Amino acid sequence: MSGKPVGADHQPQRHIVRLEEVGLRFGKTRALDAITLDLPSGCMVGLLGPDGVGKSSLLSLIAGARVIQEGRVEVLGGDMADAAHRARVCPKIAYMPQGLGKNLYPTLSVFENVDFFGRLFGHDRHERERRIGDLLKRTGLAAFAERPAGKLSGGMKQKLGLCCALIHDPDLLILDEPTTGVDPLSRRQFWQLIDNIRADSAGMSVIVSTAYMEEAARFDWLVAMDAGRVLTAATPRELLQQTGTTTLDDAFIALLPDEKRQDHAPVVIPPRAAAADEDVAIEADHLTMRFGDFTAVDDVSFRIGRGEIFGFLGSNGCGKTTTMKMLTGLLPASSGEARLFGHDVDPNDMAVRRRVGYMSQAFSLYTELTVQQNLELHARLFGLPPAETPARIEDMAQRFELAGVMDALPEALPLGIRQRLSLAVAMIHLPEMLILDEPTSGVDPVARDAFWRILADLSRRDNVTIFVSTHFMNEAERCDRISLMHAGRVLVSDTPAAIVAQRAASTLEQAFIAYLEEATHATDPVPTPAPTARDGDDVAAERKAGRRRLFDARRLLAYSQREALELRRDPIRAALATIGSVVLMLVMAYGLNLDVDNLSFAVLDRDNTTISRDYALQIAGSRYFVERPPIADYTDLDRRMRNGELSLALEIPPGFGRDLEHGRNVQIGAWIDGAMPSRAETVRGYVQGIHADWLSKKATQLLGKRAATSEFQLEMRYRYNPAVASLVAMAPAVIPLLLLMIPSMLAALSVVREKELGSIINFYVTPVTRLEFLVGKQLPYVALALSNAVLLVLFAVLVFRVPFTGSFPTFMLAALLYVTATTGIGLLISSFTSSQIAAMFATTLLTMIPAVQYSGLIDPVSSLQGVGAVIGRVYPTTYFVTIARGTFSKALDLRELWTQLLPLAAAIPVLIGAGAALLKKQAD
Amino acid sequence: MQIVNIVQLGIKELRSLLRDPMMLVLIIYAFSVAIYTGSKSMPENLNMATIAIVDEDRSPASSRIITAFNPPYFSLPRLISQPEMDRRMDNGIDTFALDIPPNFQRDLLARKSPALQLNIDATRVSQAFTGAGYIQSILTSEVSEFLRRYRSSAALQVDLDLRARFNQELKQAWFGAINNLMSNITMLSIVLTGAALIREREHGTIEHLLVMPVTPSEIMLAKIWSMGLVVLAASTFALGVVIHGLLAVPIEGSWLLFLAGTALYLFATTSLGIFLATQAGTMPQFGLLLMLVLLPLQLLSGTMTPRESMPELIRDIMLAAPNTHFVMMAQSILFRGAGFDVVWRQFASLFVIGTILFAFSLRKFRGFLK
Repeated sequence: MSGKPVGADHQPQRHIVRLEEVGLRFGKTRALDAITLDLPSGCMVGLLGPDGVGKSSLLSLIAGARVIQEGRVEVLGGDMADAAHRARVCPKIAYMPQGLGKNLYPTLSVFENVDFFGRLFGHDRHERERRIGDLLKRTGLAAFAERPAGKLSGGMKQKLGLCCALIHDPDLLILDEPTTGVDPLSRRQFWQLIDNIRADSAGMSVIVSTAYMEEAARFDWLVAMDAGRVLTAATPRELLQQTGTTTLDDAFIALLPDEKRQDHAPVVIPPRAAAADEDVAIEADHLTMRFGDFTAVDDVSFRIGRGEIFGFLGSNGCGKTTTMKMLTGLLPASSGEARLFGHDVDPNDMAVRRRVGYMSQAFSLYTELTVQQNLELHARLFGLPPAETPARIEDMAQRFELAGVMDALPEALPLGIRQRLSLAVAMIHLPEMLILDEPTSGVDPVARDAFWRILADLSRRDNVTIFVSTHFMNEAERCDRISLMHAGRVLVSDTPAAIVAQRAASTLEQAFIAYLEEATHATDPVPTPAPTARDGDDVAAERKAGRRRLFDARRLLAYSQREALELRRDPIRAALATIGSVVLMLVMAYGLNLDVDNLSFAVLDRDNTTISRDYALQIAGSRYFVERPPIADYTDLDRRMRNGELSLALEIPPGFGRDLEHGRNVQIGAWIDGAMPSRAETVRGYVQGIHADWLSKKATQLLGKRAATSEFQLEMRYRYNPAVASLVAMAPAVIPLLLLMIPSMLAALSVVREKELGSIINFYVTPVTRLEFLVGKQLPYVALALSNAVLLVLFAVLVFRVPFTGSFPTFMLAALLYVTATTGIGLLISSFTSSQIAAMFATTLLTMIPAVQYSGLIDPVSSLQGVGAVIGRVYPTTYFVTIARGTFSKALDLRELWTQLLPLAAAIPVLIGAGAALLKKQAD
Repeated sequence: MQIVNIVQLGIKELRSLLRDPMMLVLIIYAFSVAIYTGSKSMPENLNMATIAIVDEDRSPASSRIITAFNPPYFSLPRLISQPEMDRRMDNGIDTFALDIPPNFQRDLLARKSPALQLNIDATRVSQAFTGAGYIQSILTSEVSEFLRRYRSSAALQVDLDLRARFNQELKQAWFGAINNLMSNITMLSIVLTGAALIREREHGTIEHLLVMPVTPSEIMLAKIWSMGLVVLAASTFALGVVIHGLLAVPIEGSWLLFLAGTALYLFATTSLGIFLATQAGTMPQFGLLLMLVLLPLQLLSGTMTPRESMPELIRDIMLAAPNTHFVMMAQSILFRGAGFDVVWRQFASLFVIGTILFAFSLRKFRGFLK
């Protein structure tokens, strides 16, 4: 333990983190219970404990990623509940959350990922390039700088995560289970890297939680936790002395409360009876899997006997998972054969599926279902008799110690317990064969031992075949046979003892590393310390300059640039947004015809004289109506109106012609289908007009000069759109609709996606402010939408031949304001939704209805009533519809339209401000 | 195919939905508040059309005309000067501007047939035609009333007795309520199934299902029945409580028939949702695809523009869309009180479209799972 000064602008202090009575609850579950603890600075502190004891919660509190509920958390000499202090110190803290590459952006390359973090911390280009080059070289990632992060192996992802964390020279590095799910070679390299970095940057404190006890031995100081409390805190040697044990594994078990320790017993696996080998359960025969040019699995063959425990070892990305997927039928093999119980693997064979239990590497159960519901669902799906189900579930809950969390949602549970749940689910139907892909990654030693006792029991007593992949050497040693895989090939396949003997190594781990190093020809360079020692004063001065700014354009642009990159990596999204707008415009502008014509009508003519037929002909002759076969009687009339065949039915009474000539009052009956009121209204207008026209014609014919000529003339001037063409009216109105819906959807999803997939954590723990985050994410979508606007105008003018008569700059200025507002609507929606489904539905609901119905697209806003009128007056689309129509059809420019631009401009700060206010900067 | 699996997987879908409180809020909002306010805001056909009048005559005849324009069809006319007229129309303040020329009354009495000028903002197509018709008939009756005091004239006595059926007062609100219900049914059913499927893939739970003894058709049918049920329940609530209850829209035909038709329609749209999800790789792509499909479906279903007024090509293409038939069916049953003998064609069409969509989606879905 040392008390070296931490950063030049700080008083020398002995403790980097001080916790006082810190508590945390998730609903009814108590995650942390009155923790009081001081962590020494300048050294490597390890956090040990079973799953679910609150290690991750504690780390996220220290990192400032989570809201402090109870107690006081002091980090780097200040209170983490204080937002100003958090803003001050977060550039000095680096946090790597649990889960492989959880805070990385999978479509971005290695370089771009690190570059993004560099920008977030405000480094200039030169500085970034120097640091990134240095870090990539040291981590051995330099050769993969252009590879997308999503395509890296687990170990490389963690190294990249480390680069991202170290880019800003933190004083405090927080690593949450950084090596879980990483193979031994990569793990060794990872810790060497940490050692090198610590050697260079004197005084950096590191807090790590880990499930690997052998790793814990190299830490300076250990904190053992259980059930939300601290059991003890000491150096590893003290810990061994305290407990009187020789290994940390044992020490940890010794520290546990009695009732938990009682559950623990060493794993004893009785030797297999040799005769069982005759019966082959799994057989892989020259299995090969190619993805394009890449051969993931290369000619792999093995046979596993019934009841055997067969271990699968290998670095991340070596093809273990792919092989397992081929055996389960999830992936069809490119060549070769896989057989289960002597049958070829057939993805459609339900009978075989019932005999196999499979657990995939990533947690793949339903996070929306409780533990109990997950177990029930799987029991039912595997066809367990309902009567037996509760007992089986209880049995599983007991075996995997899930009894206490049956009503919890998996998301609220730590990784280790989630893994146990996955196992319980895989075993609920008592399968004859278990295929387990890294089942114990992230599971603590006690639970792992318990799990292996179950496996031993299943194998030896129930003769269940177990095919398991693991990174833990002590687990590998328990297998009957193991295979070492590397780069798609099996290096060696034998009993653990034989493998150790072949390599003349002392442990399996050494043998394993020896095989791997031989296979890779040591291409992965052992990280070498690079000369990066810098003057401490320089560092301090630099930090002062780059910090404590409320608004930093560089951080904002960091998000913009990253979002733009992601957009570019997803060309389908950009293409859909662009081509989609054009297609939609085409369809709607042609299809949305407000000029009602082709209306169907029929006549019930009871007179049937020349004059009555003349009346019907007058209507049929207009361009609005199409005549249908005459109506026979009232029943016919009723039927044909009910099925919607007729929009208009006319009844001409008997004696119509005779009465008319005698000047007697006659009446024509007309029924209009009122189901569509606007159409009915139009029909009414047309019929009245035609009727009047016919009358005046007849009057001149019948009455001659006695007839009154029209008293006055009404000159109608249809302005702006002399032909009253729907297209001319609709095309400019459709543009606002399209510039609303697509940009708002994209903006909303871009934020909620980060929430759902976990990278939002970077926003929580880096100095980026809410405004920078939101506006930064918004800019690329504004640019995309603006280019769409140009495209749509061009399309309207060139393809639809809609004249553009007004000022184009005014239109574009308005479009800029408008799309900023519409993406702002998306951001606002994203701030209160947490799932992408909800965000999508909310965006559709909150944009389509107001835009189509309340924004003057069809009915002018002035004619709306009630809530619709209010929404119409504040909704940005209203104003942009007026501007679009004004600039397209009315030859207007900024002088006439500025009053319409003001509300648009005003909407922007309101929307973004509300979005920023509602967005949370910490997890609850 | 096992019914019990379909049931269990469907229950899982329902439970998942329950875990997303924001989604529940949105569904309830969509089927209550959104329909209610949407219907209440609907303008009656020619409602408060803005009209301005330039009175250059200032005679009893012209003032008679001015006072004839009243709410609810027209807002009270604003008297403006000639130069103001252009500016106001440019800014979209007035839809109609009527210019009464000097000496209008004198010329009228002298039988000189004076000309009135009516300016119409033709970018507002929906009001332009009907409004112009109304204005013409108002002017005609006012002028002839005015002249009747001075002289009489012979005319033919033919009355046109116009009556609207099914919605006698032509209340837009009725139509709007049903319309919003239909569009929310479409929107929700596609989003629920499609987005839920993408979510399963993004979270890796789909892969997990595939190692279990369940078939793709079971997974798909489970999604269809569960999400269809949610939408059907929401529609029943909206129709019974909001539309029939609060908005007092009379329902002419059989509820049961309508709900049966809706169920058939949901079969088609949920299949469509799954199909869209299989085509989209990520949620943002699905969101865009949704817009691309939803907007034309909604706008061209025959509720905005009557089908007969659409270009023939679009009319024919839209026959393949399920909601064209749904709209026809809903209008027939709910407004015109049509029975199964009338709407069986729509039922048959929906069934055929639904089956094709389902079969097609199932094929894509199997590929999607690979």
